[in-house]
Amino acid sequence: MVYLVGLLSIIFLALAALVVSRMAAVVRNVNGPVEEGRIGMSNRINGALFLVFFALAMIGFVVSFMSAKQYFLPEAGSIHGRRTDTLFWVSMSIVTAAFVVTNALLFFFAYKYQYREGKRASYYPENHKLELIWTVVPAVVMAVMVFTGWRAWRDIMSEAPQDAQVIEIVGKQFNWITRYPGIDDNKLGAYNYKLTDSNNEVGVDFSDEASFDDFVNSQGELHIPVGKPVLLKIRARDVLHSVFIPHLRVKMDAVPGMPTRFWFVADKTTEEMRNITGNPEFNYELACTEVCGRGHFSMRAKIVVEDEASWKKWCSDQKPLLTTYPEYASRIPANLKAKAAKYLPTETAAPSDSTTASTQQGGASSASVSLR
Amino acid sequence: MATVDTSLVHDAHTHEHDHHEPQSFWRTYVFSEDHKTIAKQYLITGILWAVIGISMSIIFRLQLGFPKMSMGWLKPILGEWINESNQLDPDFYLALVTMHGTIMVFFVLTAGLSGTFSNFLIPLQVGARDMASGFLNMLSYWFFFIAGVIMFFSIFIETGPAAGGWVVYPPLSALPQAHKGSQLGMTLWLVSMALFIVSQLLGGINYITTVINLRTRGMTFSKLPLTIWAFFLTAVLGLISFPVLLSAALLLIFDRSFGTSFYLSEIYINGEALPNVGGSPILFQHLFWFLGHPEVYIVMLPALGITSEIIATNSRKPIFGYRAMIASMLGIAFLAFIVWAHHMFVTGMNPFLGSIFMFLTLIIAVPSAVKAFNYITTLWRGNIRFTPAMLFSIGLVSFFISGGVTGLILGNSALDIQLHDTYFVVAHFHLVMGASSAFGLLAGVYHWFPKMFGRMMNDKLGYIHFWLTFAGIYCVFFPMHYTGIAGFPRRYYAFTSYEWTKTIFTDLNAFISIAAIVSFGAQFIFLFNFFYSLFRGRKASQNPWKSNTLEWTTPIEPGHGNWPGEIPAVYRWPYDYSKPGAADDFIPQTVPYSQTPESNLPHENELIAFEKEIEEAENLNDQFRQPH
Repeated sequence: MVYLVGLLSIIFLALAALVVSRMAAVVRNVNGPVEEGRIGMSNRINGALFLVFFALAMIGFVVSFMSAKQYFLPEAGSIHGRRTDTLFWVSMSIVTAAFVVTNALLFFFAYKYQYREGKRASYYPENHKLELIWTVVPAVVMAVMVFTGWRAWRDIMSEAPQDAQVIEIVGKQFNWITRYPGIDDNKLGAYNYKLTDSNNEVGVDFSDEASFDDFVNSQGELHIPVGKPVLLKIRARDVLHSVFIPHLRVKMDAVPGMPTRFWFVADKTTEEMRNITGNPEFNYELACTEVCGRGHFSMRAKIVVEDEASWKKWCSDQKPLLTTYPEYASRIPANLKAKAAKYLPTETAAPSDSTTASTQQGGASSASVSLR
Repeated sequence: MATVDTSLVHDAHTHEHDHHEPQSFWRTYVFSEDHKTIAKQYLITGILWAVIGISMSIIFRLQLGFPKMSMGWLKPILGEWINESNQLDPDFYLALVTMHGTIMVFFVLTAGLSGTFSNFLIPLQVGARDMASGFLNMLSYWFFFIAGVIMFFSIFIETGPAAGGWVVYPPLSALPQAHKGSQLGMTLWLVSMALFIVSQLLGGINYITTVINLRTRGMTFSKLPLTIWAFFLTAVLGLISFPVLLSAALLLIFDRSFGTSFYLSEIYINGEALPNVGGSPILFQHLFWFLGHPEVYIVMLPALGITSEIIATNSRKPIFGYRAMIASMLGIAFLAFIVWAHHMFVTGMNPFLGSIFMFLTLIIAVPSAVKAFNYITTLWRGNIRFTPAMLFSIGLVSFFISGGVTGLILGNSALDIQLHDTYFVVAHFHLVMGASSAFGLLAGVYHWFPKMFGRMMNDKLGYIHFWLTFAGIYCVFFPMHYTGIAGFPRRYYAFTSYEWTKTIFTDLNAFISIAAIVSFGAQFIFLFNFFYSLFRGRKASQNPWKSNTLEWTTPIEPGHGNWPGEIPAVYRWPYDYSKPGAADDFIPQTVPYSQTPESNLPHENELIAFEKEIEEAENLNDQFRQPH
């Protein structure tokens, strides 16, 4: 790097000297009156420079590509990811070929057909056959590219399989919050953004019995079972965010007021990825890719992909939100109290409290009615 | 034969008009209604904005390339935005990114490019005394000027300018509590943009009216130079799409200031649940990109038009496929309106809609490819003179191709999942629309400088400027494809928060920043050349590039009304270069076929019969002939 910078600065200095001398010449007007229409040495130099530029640029392209290649499209850990990767490289080869050929022709023609004394350009205003060919050929190539891309898109965006594991992820300034449907009913409970507060960060609505066993990770750490379809239900609490999991080829905006979703199958555990990449520190990471304010660049969440058994164990180690904050029990309607009891510490569920609890509950339920 | 220039100015017609009161300084140079003066005002303002806009990019490139660098030396300019540890404030980083985008897209490449060359060239190339309405034209510039003043002020307010990205997506831009840049800075941004849109509409109506109504005798649409076709279609695009941006901005103003919920729904921020429900942030994105995508072509088409003219002139060849070029511009102009949602594949928009927009998007690549092939074929078997304008035009075609091909990747929604909002996108649009149209602007300045100011710019400085800029821009944007493919997201203040980005490409980012600084430095060669030549450049001759179009038949420094006498009539298309049989290698549009029997093609000999009609026709719209 140091050498590179040194080399660049030498080139730059030389050019600067050249420029300064030119400017001095301009200011002194040493050229005198230039003969109108005289085309001389400069034309030949510029023509040749196009060839030189093309040659250097191609060398630079190949060398830089080879050295950067190791970081391209980091190892994909999802099934659809490998499909789009293949598609990407196929498309990329086609467009790179087009890029090299057309640029080569452009620069070569510029050199080859530069001004020559006494030469006449050929009057060649049109050729319908040629024009037809280069309209149809790109159209066909593009049609094929689009069609394969469309099929991949259709499959990736299709409805998630019935057995997909649902996980909710909520973006806020500036971190992610995840909510799991719980180990008992495996169903996400309802939410209402007006119920959000500093403990109930995603506005879980406890008048829905499905929410009793939901557990929340306010650090956004995401645990995913390997080899099983996972459906991310994506929300945003304040402004736009975007879920980006580079190694799983997942990206979907989080939109306030409009839940979005993305499903995928991660088929390599974090451990496997550590072996494949040879990096013992490797972690799947989740980033934000929709500008969301000051902390946009550091909205990181860690993702752990593990086998189903250890994933299940991790889930059962988590405490439902209701257990962590039993005061929300007051929001549970009377008819569901009994179902919620197993998630609440015994003392709050004690019968001696039932009168106060029921009055509280009455107030809370009318509040939740008014919220709707 | 080619000496038609001033000899067409028949003395018989001079009686009509030369008694204008000499106008005051203010009316001549400041509140001028003359299209040439207004064009120069646009150009100078555009150059000033370009310097500001690119300087901003240099500051954030320093942050990205050298994240540990002490920025204390910027304190005299940036003040509190450089914090105690001499680092750039992350809020101001976003403000810089936002203002760079806004300034470059709207103030430089829309107003600076279209405003300059549509104003300058439309009357001169179609053969008109001035724009259809000089007054509206003046208003157009001054609305732009006020918009610029407001935007400029917003940079200096305490909470900083707008900072939610140039696309200003709500709710971030709608909620002052969400971000510093969403406070007063955002209000000023919206006010400035509303005025800017008014300016664009006034300008656009004028361009369209002038092209349709004020063409001189014989100047049919099939004889228009491609520059005029491009400016015309650009104005049509702007006229249809800018009002939609205005509506988006107005609704955003309502949401910000009057408690409506067009874009806001179910928001909990700073410990408070907002009452807004039922709005949709996606609605804003649809409205924004309904302008935003045509805007790409508003920026691109004038540059392509300018390039067509310059490449044909300096290859000494007719542009290849004149009709195909017009057809592809018409195709692009139409398709530009039905591809906008390809910016929104992963916003949660219905995936079916994504499929539709993917198909439409890749259709628009076909006319763009045709244009590139036609430019290359125009060079083929030419007799090329590398004027600085020609170099920049060839550079434009190269950028247009290099940036264009990656559009096929990004337009493919399946591939866009990974690449959306990464540096791959940044590389793509900076090459295909940023650098290309900036090159169009520079090519235009080098080519029409003699007509604008009656003097020549220095060629050799132009060559150095070109090669440094050309190489520099490739060094800046080509490596960005690499970081994009590696998944680096855009609009990131630093890449240190993630394991997968923090260790790689640090030297590549430094390289990009150095290349950016060198390219920026090279622009000062241009500025020197421009301002020096303005006063001390070699005097221009009547037709320095031996070009066919009408503007070179005016006096070297055209005065009020452009032609001192009758406006010349037009008999042929503008691309009769190197015609077999002709004495010179160019035949201006004003030369009738009856004077060039040696070089006429068979169907052109038949046109001689109609020349009398053209000759005797009256320019009904010649403002000099009307009582006033």
